[in-house]
Amino acid sequence: MSNKSIDKAAVSAIVREHDARPELLVQILQGIVMQHGWISEDVIRQLAAELNLSRADVHGVVHYYHDFRTSPPGRHVVKICQAEACQSMGSRELTEHARARLGTDLHGTADDTTLEPAYCLGNCACAPAIMIDGKTLGRVDSARFDALLDVMRGAD
Amino acid sequence: MAATLVYVPRETSAVSVGADEVAIAIARHAKEAGAGIELVRNGSWGASWLEPLVEVVVDDQRIAYGNVTAADVADLFAAGFLEGGDHARRLGPVDEIPYLIDQDRWTFWRCGLVDPLSLDDFRTHKGFAALEKAFAIGHDAVLEAVAASGLRGRGGAGFPTGIKWRTVADTESEQKYVACNADEGDSGTFSDRMLMEGDPFGLIESMALAGFAVGASKGYIYLRSEYPLAHTVLSRAIETARHNGWLGNDIQGSGFDFDIDLHLGAGSYVCGEETAMLESLEGKKGIVRYKPPLPAIEGLFGKPTVVNNVVTLASVPNIVRLGAERYASLGVGRSKGTLAFQLAGNIKRGGLVEKPFGITLRELIEDWGGGTASGRPVKAVQVGGPLGAYLPASQLDTPMDYEAFIQIDAMIGHGGIVVFDDTADMAQQARFAMEFCALESCGKCTPCRIGSTRGVEVIDKMIANDDRDANYDLLVELCDTMEGASLCAMGGMTPYPVRSVLKHFAGDFAPAAGGSE
Repeated sequence: MSNKSIDKAAVSAIVREHDARPELLVQILQGIVMQHGWISEDVIRQLAAELNLSRADVHGVVHYYHDFRTSPPGRHVVKICQAEACQSMGSRELTEHARARLGTDLHGTADDTTLEPAYCLGNCACAPAIMIDGKTLGRVDSARFDALLDVMRGAD
Repeated sequence: MAATLVYVPRETSAVSVGADEVAIAIARHAKEAGAGIELVRNGSWGASWLEPLVEVVVDDQRIAYGNVTAADVADLFAAGFLEGGDHARRLGPVDEIPYLIDQDRWTFWRCGLVDPLSLDDFRTHKGFAALEKAFAIGHDAVLEAVAASGLRGRGGAGFPTGIKWRTVADTESEQKYVACNADEGDSGTFSDRMLMEGDPFGLIESMALAGFAVGASKGYIYLRSEYPLAHTVLSRAIETARHNGWLGNDIQGSGFDFDIDLHLGAGSYVCGEETAMLESLEGKKGIVRYKPPLPAIEGLFGKPTVVNNVVTLASVPNIVRLGAERYASLGVGRSKGTLAFQLAGNIKRGGLVEKPFGITLRELIEDWGGGTASGRPVKAVQVGGPLGAYLPASQLDTPMDYEAFIQIDAMIGHGGIVVFDDTADMAQQARFAMEFCALESCGKCTPCRIGSTRGVEVIDKMIANDDRDANYDLLVELCDTMEGASLCAMGGMTPYPVRSVLKHFAGDFAPAAGGSE
């Protein structure tokens, strides 16, 4: 889903779907991130113009929310829950394992895979939980993590 | 021969451990065997530890098979699974599983039972009966029932719902709103999600009821983006309700107009705070507002707004349908009715347990939960999410009651219960509480924004035994400042888990920790 530039027409289409209503900015940004994976400076400029907002307003909202990445993610995004329920079941160790296995720190990208923290995926009775490309997975130990990564890579 | 009904949950936890793959395997094997089956993707009953929990209907009885994997399916078919055949995975009739039958399902009674996306199934199971009754008895009677039930906000704050609704109803305005808070960010909680995935029409009916009671024609659901499946299920249910005249103008000829917009959050914990959520719904940064004005008077877009959590709203239909007295007869003291407790973390039998208030933590953790997953002793239990205190094993006999928890400097919050075994390093947990606050603070008030970062630094010094006693005093003072001077619960309650660690687990800062019990 990542690329270095985001198609202007696609952004305009999302804005139109939301009737160019500025109060729907968060929804519009969410739509762009779901389609393109991130928000570029060009998109911020374009949204400000199309929604009749200041660039500072749009910039502020983009940088406020964790979901709105401002650099392109890898082809795959792996999120590991860092919150308490998962901590109690070894998410710290799982995160270490994932960092070693993927060769990147949290928030980094290696081999076209981005590793990110999540703060609760709501799967706390099946901890530790992770999310791969938008799919929540539970009871993940190191061995299962490796198997899930193989499935993810196998799908390429 | 009629097709055999097979239920495989389409609920995040079940799917996270393979329910989709199991459903595919069952469909494939049934086809190969030439067996006619009807596969229903229900919600979860809440016994997450048994997921994927598959059911087959045999002689009108739902026979359950637990922890089914796709690899088991061939074997299950060989064992005559479609006739309820015996197998190591067979649990027996689902309505005889002790974990489930010993509950008092007031709010979650349809979860697991029905096909979440079938309006017919919903209608068969009393769906919209409360809304129809409301149309007959009128706004005032609904408001009175909610007040008389003693229902308090299940999001965490425990504010009386009846008072909130009455305030909105009594505030003059040409436009009012119902805003459903589905930004369930607390670790250890998933009841909102289970309800939305298992009984989405139930939430739609609940919001319409609220709108009818207070005179609001528009509802919003603010759903966290970490719940993609709930988003899919809710979107489809809203569309179906609209298509069948249960949302929109003149609902079922009642003259009442009500519609719902589903909004996604964007990964900000503090947006679960009601005023930050309203800001986010208006398309802005989720920064906490000053109160007053209360959202009930000046809420979304400055209009009177009912802001309620998913479970709060979903508790109302049965209050209207079955009577406030019945709800108020459950629970203890000023904690009326039931709460959907969520057993999470290091626990053998995690899941959702709906019981009246008054049950003890020990009953929940030991009788339902079966102790820790690791089999080791319970060291600490965090109740109420990341802003809740860590309780030591010696406090497990505390009854689940808002006031009893306040007395031990803890809170019930949204009912999440996260268990830690004796390998947990509580100094690290205290550090995480501050770290999380630093990460998620909206930044509006200084004690929260700066205090949390200083908190991490001070705790790091304590852990490193760098002037530990002086830093202990400094941390206590910092907690006082954050608690007393923060604008909302984010900064105001982050000290709860920190103080609880200082009080009950000071030894984890190293043997020479100062100020411990």
